[in-house]
Amino acid sequence: MHDNAVFSHKVLPFFLLAPQLIITLVFFIWPAGQALYQSFLIEDAFGFSVEFVWFENFIYLLEDPEYWNSVRVTFVFSAMVALVGMILALLLAAMADRVVKGASAYKTLLIWPYAVAPVVAAVLWWLMFNPSMGVLPFWMDAFGYDWNHYVNSGEAMTVVVIASAWKQISYNFLFFLAGLQAIPRSLIEAAAIDGASPFKRFWQIVFPLLSPTAFFLLVVNIVYAFFETFGVIHATTLGGPGSSTKTLVYKVYEDGFVGLDLGGSAAQSVILMIIVITLTVVQFRYVEKKVQY
Amino acid sequence: MVENRPWLTVTRHLVLILGVFIIGFPIWIALVASTNSSSEFVSGLMPLWFGEEGFGNFRRVLTNEERVLGVSVSASWMMWNSFIMAMVIAVGKIVISILSAYAIVYFRFPFRKTCFWLIFLTLMLPVEVRILPTYEVVASLGMLNSYAGLTIPLIASATATFLFRQFFMSVPSSLMEAARIDGAGPFKFFKDILLPLSVNNIAALFVILFIYGWNQYLWPLLITTDENYYTIVMVIKRLMSAGEGNIPWNIIMTTTILAMLPPVIVVLGMQKLFVKGLIEQEK
Repeated sequence: MHDNAVFSHKVLPFFLLAPQLIITLVFFIWPAGQALYQSFLIEDAFGFSVEFVWFENFIYLLEDPEYWNSVRVTFVFSAMVALVGMILALLLAAMADRVVKGASAYKTLLIWPYAVAPVVAAVLWWLMFNPSMGVLPFWMDAFGYDWNHYVNSGEAMTVVVIASAWKQISYNFLFFLAGLQAIPRSLIEAAAIDGASPFKRFWQIVFPLLSPTAFFLLVVNIVYAFFETFGVIHATTLGGPGSSTKTLVYKVYEDGFVGLDLGGSAAQSVILMIIVITLTVVQFRYVEKKVQY
Repeated sequence: MVENRPWLTVTRHLVLILGVFIIGFPIWIALVASTNSSSEFVSGLMPLWFGEEGFGNFRRVLTNEERVLGVSVSASWMMWNSFIMAMVIAVGKIVISILSAYAIVYFRFPFRKTCFWLIFLTLMLPVEVRILPTYEVVASLGMLNSYAGLTIPLIASATATFLFRQFFMSVPSSLMEAARIDGAGPFKFFKDILLPLSVNNIAALFVILFIYGWNQYLWPLLITTDENYYTIVMVIKRLMSAGEGNIPWNIIMTTTILAMLPPVIVVLGMQKLFVKGLIEQEK
């Protein structure tokens, strides 16, 4: 499109690109290559002996029930974060879409958690769920439920899911709201004239039209739950009780920096990179499709 | 409004008010906790109403009186570190991305596609998946415990480059042709035409990147052992490791409020730009 409108300099563009390319090479491509290389090595923690072992690190990993536990934990965690965050956000967006009075006030009051760091969100909910004096266990106690996330793995998982989803609601809300407002009013009006109730209109017209947004958000939320919730786990459960909240990213950190198992940690990094690349490709397929549409 | 159904309108407001309440409840708890003394958090029920210690808590945290934070630096110093980190990351990402997008859209040169794909690769690799090797690179460059180490490795941005590329491609090419006929070179065209047109995009991106930088957790945790480079978000976790029963909840919540304040102010103060910037990332 721009072929008539380009500068003919041959050297200048490389200067313009240099800062970005140098940082990309030094801090992205090089470490990624290192991870790949290290994943084929077994090295003792002090670096005295290194042995090239082909896929041994990967085989060891895939035969390790701890690793599979971590995979399961990550999938459960991500699915719950995505579902909880998206369902609540969709509900709020559907309500906010048609409100005339106070619409911008509601929006303001719903979007600010976007600015809160995941680790901060985790600490807030960790206090509220504190078994000895937290307000939520106190209320649950009135119903005869004894809450203790230090021993009960399901409850520990619930806290980290709620904290992670809470922070993400505002993001989902804004996208759902934008998606809802892009739906032509005439469609809704036509259905209303035909006598469709508001609920029927939502499920049969609005919801299908919203599915691209929902799909986009699903991918974004899963990426978020996979990679950005390290702080949530690290500040609260430390992967426990047992290994019930040890997500893949937390395990990479723990095995690499605490356990000093460099080869194993690198192999886990490589698997995570493959997951990220898959998710990115899925996301881009979607973007392309939308552009054609 | 398609039709007038009063009960539906009432339901909508009720659901929204409930939503605002649930979303805001943790902040209420944090505000209340930051005004109480630590003895209120031992057992029984945590305080649900403001105490008398608010002024004292904030003073002690901001000045690190009696080493309440368990480190040698004050919260105000750590907020300064967070601020530097957020600003350098946000401004740096914008500068290097706008330059690369300019090169990719307005120049034709060998390996243009290759450069584009190299930048694209960074999008795929969040720091979390390659923490150990990145740490080793930074360590070998002697960048541990420095502002450079805190910021530069996070500064490359595929997302921002894409955004600017997308925007530049939507700028009519007649502008460029006219500028060339008038004898404007690449610097003049960039400075006098492209940059003024991009102001809105830059501001919107700034909001998102500032928050991204301010909220970094894993990276500063790894590369700082010198307390002078601690960020405010990091220290919260350190206070949490005091062990059940000894956790100074009032101090933690005071620190939490301080850690939330700047990014929340940025989001609310630049709300319109923020929403625009966020939604456009998708495109």
